[in-house]
Order: sequence, then structure tokens, then C-alpha cells
Amino acid sequence: MSRRLIPAYLWTGGRTHPSRNVLDRLTVLRAATDHLPSDLTSSGRSVLEILQHGALPLAEVAAHLEMPVIFVKVLVSDLFDQGLLIVRAPAPVESDAKPDQQLLERVIRGLRALQ
Amino acid sequence: MDSAHSNRDIYLRNPDQRLVKVIVSGPFGVGKTTIIRTLSDIPPLRTEEVMTETGAVVDHLDGLKDKTTTTVGLDYGRMSLGDDLALCLFGTPGQKRFQALWDDLTQGALGALILADTRRIADSYEVMGLIERQDLRYAVALNLFPDSPRYPEEELRAALDLAPETPMIACDARDRRTSLDALLALAEHLLAVPEFEQQP
Ligand SMILES: Nc1nc2c(ncn2[C@@H]2O[C@H](COP(=O)(O)OP(=O)(O)OP(=O)(O)O)[C@@H](O)[C@H]2O)c(=O)[nH]1
Ligand SMILES: [Mg+2]
Repeated sequence: MSRRLIPAYLWTGGRTHPSRNVLDRLTVLRAATDHLPSDLTSSGRSVLEILQHGALPLAEVAAHLEMPVIFVKVLVSDLFDQGLLIVRAPAPVESDAKPDQQLLERVIRGLRALQ
Repeated sequence: MDSAHSNRDIYLRNPDQRLVKVIVSGPFGVGKTTIIRTLSDIPPLRTEEVMTETGAVVDHLDGLKDKTTTTVGLDYGRMSLGDDLALCLFGTPGQKRFQALWDDLTQGALGALILADTRRIADSYEVMGLIERQDLRYAVALNLFPDSPRYPEEELRAALDLAPETPMIACDARDRRTSLDALLALAEHLLAVPEFEQQP
């Protein structure tokens, strides 16, 4: 654990709130385009660059880029609003629904198969 | 740029893969980092969460400029269970001062695996207090070390104040098979005990 000030780059030229509170640590992110606009911030560019090769959950993008999760949420909101990202909730159905029996059976089968 | 970016193995197997969150917690030094490393099929990661000095989770960037914040690193691993499903493991510190982080992280989680060290059972009281306050079911995995004393199961259950149906199983966090057994015990428990029955 470390104490520090949030670096200044977090405030440069962007919003401060995620525009969508549906963004979760496990929201799946994909690049909507391989054309990166020239006016991107360097952090926005990093997010799009890592997503050029595949899809990743938001928390993993943050970890790879060594940025706090909350910061990546805000960045992702901006990029989504610019049409540069495709986002998907962690589960195909509503993510806050209670785990259903089918899912649990699927998890158990999956874990047994790894044993 | 991080060299991991060019490594295709870091990506989801399929963009439609369903991601299910599982919390891994326990006291200091109990083996949280180790078990996540053992179970993850991607290189384990650390995610950074920002908290204010009072322990609140920062959920926007307003007014934070010049304010001292605390960052907490969480271990993170992902294990695919086929191309359509993956478990995402979030290693969460087991201390009371992380209450707000717990409230936030446990949203949408399937359940929690709580690691305990029988050499210092009292260290688990804080995390047991945290998990009891969550609407989240859990299993206890006793991470055995060579010098771990072997207590009778009933004594350990009483010490941890476990409900009779809560699974408690032994594992070695460095070993994949017993670590998988611990996750399986959790999943089987979730299936066997519907949520509404577990509330005291
Ligand atoms: N013998 C044995 N050693 C273990 C086991 N699990 C972890 N260790 C060792 O115990 C030490 C602590 O394990 P960690 O995985 O770092 O524990 P942690 O819970 O992440 O610790 P903190 O993040 O500091 O709270 C490491 O040196 C591990 O190699 C186990 O099952 N058996
Ligand atoms: Mg650790």
C-alpha cells in the first residue's frame, strides 16, 4: 500500500466521472476501430492500443497499463462516447442477477474438468 | 510500452466469454497471492484501487486533485473454464479498514474463498467479521504450512464461528489440485445452499 497524490495527468482534458455507471471492473472492452484519432490523450491511446489485439476486462486493462481502475473507468467512458470502444457487461444477462443454478453447474463442471 | 501487449495469451479467449467474479481473502501472509498465481491461467496481475484517507472508495475524480489518497494493490487472476466462461479472482485484503472496498468489490461476486492459517487463527477474526457483513457466501480453505498444528475440525469451526454448512477444507496454495478442490468446495456449496437459507 502506498500513499501519494493522484498524478496530474488524470485531470488533463477529460471528464472526471464515468458517464456510465454500468462500467464494472469486469466490463469487457474491445476496440471499435483500428484507426486511432490523432487528438487522443496518451492514456486514451494506450487503452486503445492494448485492445488492438483482443478483448480484455476493464480491470485487466488497468493492471497492464499500471493505472488505477477508477481512472480507466473514466477514460473508457470518454472513449466509448467517442465511438472508439465496444463495451459489454461481464455476463450476457444482467450482471446483478443472483447466480443461477445453471451457471453454478457450469462452474462445477468446468472446475472438475481441470482437476 | 509493456511487452505483455504483444503477447496474445493475455486476451480473453473470446469476446463473449462470460466473466464471473470470485473474491479471495484472508489475513496477512496467508497465501492469497500464492493461490491466485497457482490458479490463474494468465500471468497474475495487480489492479490498483484508490481510497481516500478515511477509507472510502474513490468512484470519481472530482475534488481529488491535491488530496492525499491511498492506493491498494489487489492480486488478480483469471481462469478459463472453457471458451464461454472464466472465473476472475480478486485478492482482497482481509483487514477491517478495507470495509468500503469490500462493499464495492463484492458487488456481483459469485462467492468468496477465505484462506486461514491454523498457526495463527486469531488473525482470521477480522476477515471473518468482514465476510459476515456481506451478502456473500463463502468457503474456508485452511492453507497448510509444514509447521501447521492439526486441530480437530470442530475446534477450528468453533474458533472461526462457522455455520455448520460452510465448507472448510485444507489446501496448499502452491498446489493446483488442492487449490482447485477449494474452489470446487465453494461452488458446490453455492449450488447446494440457496442464498435465502444461509442467512442466520
Ligand atoms: N508451505 C507453504 N507455504 C506457503 C503456502 N502458501 C503460501 N506460502 C508461502 O507463504 C508466504 C506468504 O504467501 P503469500 O501468497 O504472499 O500470502 P499473502 O496472503 O498474499 O500475503 P500478503 O499479501 O502479504 O497479505 C510466501 O512465502 C509463500 O510462498 C502453502 O500452502 N504452504
Ligand atoms: Mg499478497
